[in-house]
Amino acid sequence: MTAAGDASAGGAPLLDVRDLSVSFRTDRGLVRAVDGVSLHVEAGETLAIVGESGSGKSVTALSILRLIDDAGSIDGGRILFDGEDLLRHDEATMRAIRGDRIAMIFQEPMSSLNPVLTIGKQVGEPIRLHRGSVWKQAYERAAELLRRVRIPDASGRLKDYPHHFSGGMRQRAMIAMALACRPRLIIADEPTTALDVTVQAQILALLKELTREANSALILITHDLGVVARYADRVAVMYAGRVVETATARALYADPRHPYTAGLMASIPTLDGDVEGSRRLATIPGQPPDLAALPEGCAFAPRCPHAFERCGQPPPLEETEAGRFSACHFRPPSGRAQVASRSMEKVS
Amino acid sequence: MTDALLQVQDLKVHFPVREGLLQREAGSVKAVDGVSFELRRGETFGLVGESGCGKSTTALAVLRMIEPTAGRIVFEGEDVTEHTAAGMRTIRRRMQMVYQDPFGALNPRMKVQDIIGEPLVVHGLAKDRSAWRARISELMDLVGLLPDMADRYPHEFSGGQRQRIGIARALALEPSLVICDEPVSALDVSIQAQVINLLVELQERLGLTYLFIAHDLSVVRHISDRIGVMYLGRIVEVADRDTLFKNPRHPYTQALLNAVPLPDPELESRRPENLIAGEVPSVRNPPPGCRFHPRCPKVMEVCSQEVPILHGEEATGQVACHLHPPGD
Repeated sequence: MTAAGDASAGGAPLLDVRDLSVSFRTDRGLVRAVDGVSLHVEAGETLAIVGESGSGKSVTALSILRLIDDAGSIDGGRILFDGEDLLRHDEATMRAIRGDRIAMIFQEPMSSLNPVLTIGKQVGEPIRLHRGSVWKQAYERAAELLRRVRIPDASGRLKDYPHHFSGGMRQRAMIAMALACRPRLIIADEPTTALDVTVQAQILALLKELTREANSALILITHDLGVVARYADRVAVMYAGRVVETATARALYADPRHPYTAGLMASIPTLDGDVEGSRRLATIPGQPPDLAALPEGCAFAPRCPHAFERCGQPPPLEETEAGRFSACHFRPPSGRAQVASRSMEKVS
Repeated sequence: MTDALLQVQDLKVHFPVREGLLQREAGSVKAVDGVSFELRRGETFGLVGESGCGKSTTALAVLRMIEPTAGRIVFEGEDVTEHTAAGMRTIRRRMQMVYQDPFGALNPRMKVQDIIGEPLVVHGLAKDRSAWRARISELMDLVGLLPDMADRYPHEFSGGQRQRIGIARALALEPSLVICDEPVSALDVSIQAQVINLLVELQERLGLTYLFIAHDLSVVRHISDRIGVMYLGRIVEVADRDTLFKNPRHPYTQALLNAVPLPDPELESRRPENLIAGEVPSVRNPPPGCRFHPRCPKVMEVCSQEVPILHGEEATGQVACHLHPPGD
């Protein structure tokens, strides 16, 4: 089977996740949240992982940092970061990597910032911890970082607590923390979902600008196809714990290959285009997958307009042309995207 | 307008702020501060804006689930604000609400039939048990749920199905107005489209009028005939859908539209990044004059001094901005 991780031309990618599987113990038995996921990220690149609830996108991200809670376990695979397998490290080594070479930004800045520590302490902490700086230096660097994320009167706000900050400012502080040690890789899990649209746009533009400046790679986890289109270089689409398609953002939007991707693209209302005459949106029929009761074979088959007998077998993620991978038995003729989305409409 | 189902005139909702040991009234939060709009029979009026703009408070005030501080709310020819609690009960049969959170809005201990059928019992509309059950089956069928699932509990349903249960309950009393407060924002993308289509279909079949409140501009654009844009307790612009999206006049409307990323990398790469700075200020202490002026890229001297009035013809759109003075 071809792994998406092998796709890079020349040189090993910064992050190369191979055949990762993660499961959780639940009331309804063992649930496989991530099932044989392979993906890679090049230095300085923005990879978006897109999917709906239960697709495994967040679990994949948390697994890279080995932050899965006690109910979950990583059952197999490799996570090669700069050539070393993170799954072989002990906890102390992982602690040294987190916040230093790989940083994470979470969705809820209120719950991921410590409410009883000042902003200065929290932004300065990774510098003190990983760079061995004394607090005075750490504070100076924290003020500099807060300035870079455009918090007005940065040094004056080091003594503020998170509740003094607005939602957008808290997320700016989170970005400052993430950038503190110039990480090679930043993982941002729905970083702006909790924010208003105008603030979301500011934060994402800032994140993109600063990661580009630092030449950090960015994994952007989101359900918002607009955000992906604006900020991602490459996209991995996940469904029911598996990667179903990867491509460059342009190629994916111009011509989605997997029927799930095509259905998703067709079902979102947009700001341009004609509304009149088509007040019905194309839909993907059925319900989101139940991870505790997945069908054998392709998990999307029960909702897929193209499903046929072969779909009872799990489709491997295969390269369909240079740089493009799709996990689907159905091979649409040319003009695929249109065909796929039109047949979606018929089904609905 | 003769075909107006609902007229909201100069609606104000102010919440007192209490401070100190004796909890003295120290001021007020003007959550909704002089909002006027009209809903025509059978149309969908979208109300958009960011957090704190007062869109949900406006909805709750129309239903009088929050007491308005001032203003008139005329629904089917009657001034809702003049009614007693008992009078409101009759009126609420005609206006119902669909909530955002399909998980929190349904009582987990009630069977689906009791959730959907409760309004019928409360208003004494079911002759007997078999008529009641028949009506529930009819409602479930109407929203695309299998009637034989009536005995189940909410947790056995997915998010999209739960939202269908909420819609069935709202339709039980055959309302003319349905207020939808962020009805799809908690749902997955692929499920959103199903629920939007259901709402459109129900409107066509039952002749419903919707007040559709949401922060997602693409969803609002898709479903609405006319749209009002709110900022910090006031309406800044009202226009029909195409006018608003093709030719937004208020700088805040323009900023909102610019901020929404389009699901097309090709278009996005050619789009100038034209973002406004700052965040929505606290409603507790709103800026004087035009409330948007501290963030406005086209701010003028007058903007911090005078409140711009919403003016203009219903047909061509209304705007509250000193760049577009009356008679312009």
